[in-house]
Formats: sequence, structure tokens, C-alpha cells
Amino acid sequence: MARELLAGWGRTAPSSAEVTRPARPDAVVAALAGAPARGVIARGLGRSYGDAAQNAGGLVLSTLGLGGVAWADEAAGLVRAAGGASLDDVQRFLLPQGWALPVLPGTRHVTVGGAVAADVHGKNHGVDGSFARHVADLRLATPAGVAAVTPVGDPDLFWATAGGLGLTGVVLEATLRAAPVETAYVRVVSRRAADLDAVLAAMSAKDGRHRYAVAWLDALATGGATGRGVVSWGDTAGVADLPRRRQASPLATDHRRTVTLPRSAGAAALPGAAVTVVNRLRYCRAPATDVATVEALDRFLFPLDAVDGWNRLYGRAGFVQYQFVVPCTSADVVRVALERLRDAGCPPVLAVLKRLGAADPGPLSFPLPGWTLAVDFPAARAGLAGVLDGLDEMVAGAGGRVYLAKDARLRPELVGAMYPGLDRWRAVQRRVDPDGVLTSDLGRRLGLVPASAAGRPSSATAAPYPASTVGAG
Amino acid sequence: MNDAHGSPQTVLVFGATSDIARAVLARLAARRARTVVLAGRDPEGLQAVAEELRGAGVTAVETVAFEAADTNAHAALVDGVFARHGDIDLVLVAFGELGDQAALETDPAAAVRLVQVNYVAAVSVGLAVAAGLRAQGHGNLVALSSVAAERPRRSNFVYGSSKAGMDAFFRGLGDALRGSGARVVVVRPGFVRTRMTAGLPPAPFATTADAVADGVVRALETGAETVWVPPVLRWVMAVLRHLPGPVFRRLGDR
Repeated sequence: MARELLAGWGRTAPSSAEVTRPARPDAVVAALAGAPARGVIARGLGRSYGDAAQNAGGLVLSTLGLGGVAWADEAAGLVRAAGGASLDDVQRFLLPQGWALPVLPGTRHVTVGGAVAADVHGKNHGVDGSFARHVADLRLATPAGVAAVTPVGDPDLFWATAGGLGLTGVVLEATLRAAPVETAYVRVVSRRAADLDAVLAAMSAKDGRHRYAVAWLDALATGGATGRGVVSWGDTAGVADLPRRRQASPLATDHRRTVTLPRSAGAAALPGAAVTVVNRLRYCRAPATDVATVEALDRFLFPLDAVDGWNRLYGRAGFVQYQFVVPCTSADVVRVALERLRDAGCPPVLAVLKRLGAADPGPLSFPLPGWTLAVDFPAARAGLAGVLDGLDEMVAGAGGRVYLAKDARLRPELVGAMYPGLDRWRAVQRRVDPDGVLTSDLGRRLGLVPASAAGRPSSATAAPYPASTVGAG
Repeated sequence: MNDAHGSPQTVLVFGATSDIARAVLARLAARRARTVVLAGRDPEGLQAVAEELRGAGVTAVETVAFEAADTNAHAALVDGVFARHGDIDLVLVAFGELGDQAALETDPAAAVRLVQVNYVAAVSVGLAVAAGLRAQGHGNLVALSSVAAERPRRSNFVYGSSKAGMDAFFRGLGDALRGSGARVVVVRPGFVRTRMTAGLPPAPFATTADAVADGVVRALETGAETVWVPPVLRWVMAVLRHLPGPVFRRLGDR
């Protein structure tokens, strides 16, 4: 095994680790049993933005050798996928047969294990919830052994694993509940909204009436136009909705051309003026009143997948995606966040607003009922670190939280306030990993796992967790 | 661990009582630094810095006696710090002496001592730290060099030669550590108004410890490998390095 330098999708804070790629589940069990002092973490397709799937100085277990998708029960729509299979693999299996995964995040290039570990959500969270809600069972390799984990049989472990950032074990396999679909297309209705209030009002008015809802915001707009954007709603299309030439093969996946950026594309960061122009054009091109179109599911759900390696556009220092959620009653946090970022000279390159529905029971699962804003920045933007620290305080104060699977910079002291179930999660984590084998750079940075798993001598401290990160309630 | 902005949680500083080290530590404490190990020669000075840091929110401060010239003790000292504190996210090498050029020229033994502190000890500490960072698979090493490393000047060439040696060493060490997760940042300030330079006439482009500290924090954010403070010195020195000797001498000793 050789050491490899690994980073998240945002390419910030790389670290080196031994990387192993087991081809069979028993090799995963063996790797956990023979873990080095600095522990083990699983890594799928590396789409976590921050440091969730890296483990400096320890072992990183690539799950990409564990593939395969098959029906568990075709009549019931139960599909069995290996932890290292991608959601793209699963969709390519399901769609031609008239099925689809009910929850898909912003990229199809994540593994099933990663989707569970981040408890990912899509543009349909209000209607369909997050990924784990559609998982019937997991086969989980923990340091305590391989377990079949279901929400009924062992709810504690199941929900500690959903959103548990890989720190409760390696997902070997998952049984997922698919949903029947008539087509691989979405009926989309879009229109622009002149300011943030208009965006929020439009999304609130149609809340729950469409399966998908998302708003793209022009974060560079100022004054009365602050928070203006384009709102899109979508519903799975029926055959009759399609243009006649598509009706013959309504389930054909859209094999659009993917553009691959040259490796040198990251040499210079995105020029700010270009970003401003693109944002303005995107807003002005959108229709002023509802206009209906039919779009391929892939194009609607995964617009960024069209550019392979788009993360390199941000240059050497990489980029940060900051995503928070606040309760519906605190929508003003979204406005203040946009204003503060703009006033500090850190307007996001991309800003996406969604409304989330009911939360899953997972103590570290991100979604809460409310508004979620995701914003992208070049990591080296001067002043960004301080502004984001201020936003964290505001979000935590409003009863909100940031998305840990995307985090690369949260102040550890705030994790307990944002995730009040943290201590409950830690108790379950300790149960399946008493010796502190599972750890990651994110786990160390945020103090989620005991310090001993961070390669520290167990005699170093009496208290296993940094006092400042103990959960609030 | 370092975060996406290069902000460390655990810091080890050699030469911790220097004005530049204190300015850097104040900034890191305001961000994520919660554990700091202060290594230096002056126990009372270290205690004073420790108090400053506790007041700034650092929860664990350890002071360690460090004698730069005692290179035989360095490896054990560094290993001990890594063993006691686990990951060290940032190591700052900030010790050094300026010396009195005129006195050094007539006292070879004193000149050797200065070179041992500024260069030999830096090599010794640098290699011990690099081994620790390589093993843990991440971390930043920030070394305070000087513009004096760029081209020897008549007025301080003993000091300048020692900085040239340590500067070359740390740049090479940075190359050696590529791919290991560890990274080296070489900082080249111009004339810094500090206790070390008190009483000396300031050179052109004189700067402050605060400006140097800002430059260090910025380099951690951007991933820069070399930092000039003020930044214009990069271009000034690029020109000075290529000036013919007679011209440089006339400029250099004003």
C-alpha cells in the first residue's frame, strides 16, 4: 500500500494516507481488524466537499472495489446495491425498467455508502425526505463485526449511520426502495422573482404542490434586488407530457455530452467579473411568469455533472461550499447571510436555496424543516473565514445547523449546539467502535470521535472528547 | 487539523517570545488554535506569552525549554511534543539572532555561534519536525527567513548568509515533503521594527510584526509557498539580485 494525497471535492486541506481498495466484503472486515494506530475511514467517489473522507496518516478504505446492483425484490421495487456502487450505477440499472431512486443529490457521482453516510437530500426533500428514509436495510462492517442493520431492528445504529459520516462503519450493501416512473423526464415550471421576499413567497405558496422545488439566487445583486433569483418546480413527467419524438422511448437516459476540463484549468481562479455577468444573464434570461418545459431528469437534477472536474475551476486553494438550514420562521437569516457576504466582499459564485421538510431521526442527519442555502466560494477569498464564523453563530442561534458532509471549516465548539443529539450519536458510535478505530480528518477536526482515535496515546487525557464540543442537550 | 482556510487547532512555536511569533499566535488564537506549545529560551518570557494566549481563548498551553544551539536535544524535544499532543497542525520556526556585524567580523567564535543558531539549529529542528508531519500525513511548517537571504550585503552578511542557508534548506524541505500532506511556507520579511532591530536605522520598506503575521495567515489561506512582507519586496529583490556588484554595493550600504 502506498500513501496517497487525498482531498475532498473542494480540494482544501489535503492529507496523505495509506489507501486500500478491498474487492470483497471480507477484505473490508480484515482491514478494520488490522487497522493502524491512526484508524480507518471509508471513501467513495470523493464528493464530500470537505475532509469527511480523508484520514491523515492512517488508512483510507476505498469502497470502489465493492460494486454491483441487482433486484432484491423486483415486484416491490427493492434494489440491492453495493456500498461502492454509484447512484449513477443504480439509476442506469433502474431507469430502463421503469424505476428510479426517490432521493438523488446534486450529483449522481456519489456512492451508495456515501449517500447513506451523508444522508443526502435532493430538490424533493419536502415531499420525499432524505436518502436514509428509503433505505430498507444496511449491511454494515463495524469494528465490532458485520451487522444487518434496519430501522426497526436496530434503530439507534441505523440512524447513527444515516448522516454519521462513515464513523459508525463501512456500508457493504444497502437495500433501497425505488419508486416507479413512467419517464426519465421532469415537467419543469420556472420563473424569476425580483428579490428574496418574492423568492420565499413563491416557494412557500407552492410548497408541497410539486415534487421538486429549488431556487437559484443571484448573490451579486444589490440593494432592492438582494436575493433575486429563478425558482423552478418540477414533477416527474408522464409519457403524455413528452414531445412526440420522445414518447417512443420515454425511459431513455439522456446521454448528453460531458465536457472534461483540462487538468491545467485550475491554474487561475474564476475571474470575478465573469461571475457577475453570468449571474446577471442567468437572471435576465429567465421568464418573468411561469413557463413550463420538459427536461431530462439528469439535466434537471445534476446540472453540474455536465462539466467533469468543475471543482478545478477554483484554482490551487480550492473552494468552500457552505450550506446551512434554518427553521422556516428564521428566513431572515438567509437575507442577512447574503448581505453580510456581499458587504464583506465575499459574494458567493453560486447560491442555491431550497425548502426542506420533516427531519429524519438521525442525530447527525442535516435536514431540518426550513430554508437551506448553499453557497460556493474560492477558499482563499480574503475575509471569508471570519464572515463564515459569524454566520455559524447566527445559524446556531436560530436553531439551525450547517451540513457536516460539506463542512471544511466549522468552529468545533458549535457542533453540539447545532446537533443536539451529538452525545446520543457518540454513545452509539462508541458501542460499535469501542477501540476508536474509525476516524477521519473531519472527525478529528470537529472532535466527533474520541481523541484516542486521532492517533493520540490513550493516557493523554482523562476526558475522551474536547470539553468544548460536548453536546448541548 | 487545519481547516479549509489553513487555520490550525494545535500549534508548536520555536522562538515563541519573538514579536513576530506573538503576533502570529494572536491571530491563530482568534481563529481555531486551542492547544499551543511554546518553545524558547526565556522561561519568564514564555510564561508571559502563555498568559496572553490563555486570555485569547487557548485552552491548553505548554511551555518547553528550547536551546537552539543544543542540537542534540532537538529530536527528543520534538518527538515529546508530538507524543503528548497528537497532531501538530502548524509549526512556526521563529528563532534567530541578528548579531552585530562589526563585532562578528572580529570574533569568529561569535559568528559561528550565530550561524549555529540561525542555520544549523533550523536544519536540526526542521528535520525533526518534518518527520513528525510526514508521519501524521498533514500539517504546515512556517519558517521565518529574511530578505537578507536573497543577496549578501556588506552591512550584515554573517546574518544574511545564515538566513540564506536556512532559506534554501526550508525551500528544499518543502519540495521533499510534496505529496506527504505536509507543506512548508518560507517567509521573507524586510526590515521589521521589533525588539531584535531596536536602535537600528530602518531600511527602506521597513515593516512591522503585525504585517508579517498577516502575511503568514494569508499564506496559510492561499497555499503560497513563499511570502514577502511587504509583498513589493518580491519584485524589489528580483531586481537587486541581478544588479552589478558596484551598483549594488553603492545602494546596499546606504
